[in-house]
Amino acid sequence: MGPQAKTEKIVYLKTMKFNINFFKYRFVAFLLSISLMGFSAFLFLTKNLNLGIDFKGGIMVEAKFTEAPNLAILRDKIDKLQIGNSEIQEFGDSNTILFRLEKIDDSNMTQEQIIQKLKNELDDDTDYRRVEFVGPKVGKELKSIAIKAVLFSLIAMFIYIWFRFSGWQFGLGALVALFHDVLSTMGFFSLTQIEFNLASIAAILTIAGYSINDTVVVFDRIRENLVKTDRALEELLNQSINQTLSRTLMTSITTLLALLALFIFGGEVVKGFVSAMMWGVLIGTYSSIFIASPLILFFGFKKVEEKS
Amino acid sequence: MLKINKWNVFFVLAVCVTAIYYIIPNIYGKSEVTALPKFLSQKQVNLGLDLQGGSHLLLEVDTKSVLKEKSEDLVDDIRKSLRKSKIKYSNLGSKITGAVVTITDPEKITTAKNSIKENIEKGILIEESKNKLNLFFSDQYIIDTRANTVEQSIEVVRKRVDESGTKEPSIQRQGEERIVVQLPGIKNPERVKALIGRTAKLNFHMLDPTTVELAEQRGKLPPGTFKALNSDPTAYEKQFVVKKRVLLTGERLKNAAATVDAQTGRYVVAFEFDKKGAKKFAKVTTENTYQRLAILLDNKVISAPQIREPITGGQGNISGNFSPETANDLAVLLRAGSLPAPIKVLEERTVGPSLGIDSIEAGKKALVIGFILVIVFMIIRYKAFGIVADFAIIFNIILLISMLSAIEATLTMPGIAGIVLTVGMAVDANVLVFERIKEEIRSGRSILNSIDLGYKFAIKTILDANFTTLIAALLLYNYGSGPIKGFAVTLSIGILTSMFTALILTKLIVTFWVLKLKPKRLYI
Repeated sequence: MGPQAKTEKIVYLKTMKFNINFFKYRFVAFLLSISLMGFSAFLFLTKNLNLGIDFKGGIMVEAKFTEAPNLAILRDKIDKLQIGNSEIQEFGDSNTILFRLEKIDDSNMTQEQIIQKLKNELDDDTDYRRVEFVGPKVGKELKSIAIKAVLFSLIAMFIYIWFRFSGWQFGLGALVALFHDVLSTMGFFSLTQIEFNLASIAAILTIAGYSINDTVVVFDRIRENLVKTDRALEELLNQSINQTLSRTLMTSITTLLALLALFIFGGEVVKGFVSAMMWGVLIGTYSSIFIASPLILFFGFKKVEEKS
Repeated sequence: MLKINKWNVFFVLAVCVTAIYYIIPNIYGKSEVTALPKFLSQKQVNLGLDLQGGSHLLLEVDTKSVLKEKSEDLVDDIRKSLRKSKIKYSNLGSKITGAVVTITDPEKITTAKNSIKENIEKGILIEESKNKLNLFFSDQYIIDTRANTVEQSIEVVRKRVDESGTKEPSIQRQGEERIVVQLPGIKNPERVKALIGRTAKLNFHMLDPTTVELAEQRGKLPPGTFKALNSDPTAYEKQFVVKKRVLLTGERLKNAAATVDAQTGRYVVAFEFDKKGAKKFAKVTTENTYQRLAILLDNKVISAPQIREPITGGQGNISGNFSPETANDLAVLLRAGSLPAPIKVLEERTVGPSLGIDSIEAGKKALVIGFILVIVFMIIRYKAFGIVADFAIIFNIILLISMLSAIEATLTMPGIAGIVLTVGMAVDANVLVFERIKEEIRSGRSILNSIDLGYKFAIKTILDANFTTLIAALLLYNYGSGPIKGFAVTLSIGILTSMFTALILTKLIVTFWVLKLKPKRLYI
């Protein structure tokens, strides 16, 4: 290799070096996150989630009319049919209407008859883009599958991190950050009342994967620095976050750009999923910087322990 | 030391060739692909039902009803055998899976047990306590019965779907008593669903001369008869009094077809019995000439014609109030046979063709625009290295699609979202490396050394970080259904290919570039 002094001159560097003292803000961040989680829990308990038919059971029909129908008249028409509780909303554009019908369990009508009754009310040239029916039994099953999937993934990631970083503080730090992300995403769903369905579970799991990915990158650097330098732990953690910050932001930006394209052009079906993902990328990036790493210190991780 | 690894070059070339091999068939349409020369792959990415339109149905076979029927049959068997051996009994009745009977004379209980044993199936066990006999189905018998019922139901459903003209349907068992039916590109899902869901039990009875009005005046039905509704609610005769005895069933049918009756010009379903059935039909029509036959489909009368003369050829017509479609549907049902147990639709997801086409368009647009945004951003941020990363993204998408084709995966709308997301996330591995190279340069190392170390340090992080995302994707695949599974597939393959492109492909390009061109300055 050539003399090292020379390299500085021949390398063009776009400076993007960070030196932010994240630890100064850790209590502000903790407070912010605790309020965010509290607010999410509050929303979740009071406003609840706007459960889709995947979990609630029922009938959903997406119909495209040749011209925009009058919602009030349409609602009246459907109410007169007496086919249980119904919700009517525009979906994407004013020509497309989403009907959500609650199928009452003890009603004598089968879902076929209910759907037929609805179709009879609408114009003949209506384009039925989607017809979905989920029975109460399947709804319950899907609910328990969804809960299992989320729980198992949290546990699996916790175990992996604990194992990889030989310190429960790392595992727990990551787990708390994950819980923070999942809970606040639930809060996001409650607040926006975006339909919560199977795709939302996919969004939550992907967010969990994304957030832990970010966290692992920082943790990896902490591990590396632990061996390399003799700095005080607090300073060392801060240095590690700063060193990886550029990458953390870059990946978040490219992911958000891809999501933005999906949000604008990807169609109505994936819109809910994509907006939750966007929120998740933001919150996941935030938590890996401000929550996961400071928590390691908070949980009493000691450098000496690691080295012995 | 940074050097070009010959094996890596070889590996990358091999991957390129394989990728091209698998991606070629996707250029062609479904029918054209089979015409390709044999040495080319014919595997394509399948479009999910949400993209090509179609119906997904989750059905449940009510196997309990079969066990209930078997329990009732068992009661008949017990009655017959006890009567035959002249043993007095009481409290004979069926349970959910089995039957009980009390033998009046406790001393005859063993005789009774033996006599019953001769007349019942092997899997049915008998337990005696005092003067009571408790008959129940063994666990194996219940398992076998359920499995057989579901198997038979799948067969019948398959025949019906095939007859309805649906292209490439998929009918599979799921769990113990469920059936998943996938009907891609179906035009009239209601009609096929109606076909699938009908039990279609066809029974021939005799009509009792007593009219319903007369029976109501008397306050009771004649013995051995029951009331049955007319399947056509608009008909003049709303109900019939039908004799209980089943003379013939649909099982004896050899063929059925919808035709036009030459005399009336109306649609009828012509049927033909097999040999045994024809014989029986001849006997019935000879003995009951001028009386009315009752043809019942699922316990509703679809036709009640008068027998004008003995029918010995085993052929006949069912003339109901048929349209061309309903006549054809009935013929399909009769040809496919009846379901052994009722079927319930637990879940249905139907996507119309217009939404599928729109979704594909939207997915393409989002992919192209997401791709352009990320590519431009990478060049702005990393200059020449950005171009290398962009090359990796392009290669990544090609590799992803070729792998999807190689395993003939099903592409769904969430799956497309997964690909777009991969475009954004796949740069991560490269970003990790590039940032690391920058850092090393900043700390005063030479270009070659920095690149070498950049890859060396980043590889551990990349593996660790991607593994966790992979955990999430695998769990999604395991627990997710249909469209969500498609998302899990594209996401996990995207992660794998992005690791390959970042750790091997771009490393090779960067190494080649640095070693051959020996740049003095590194634009990163």
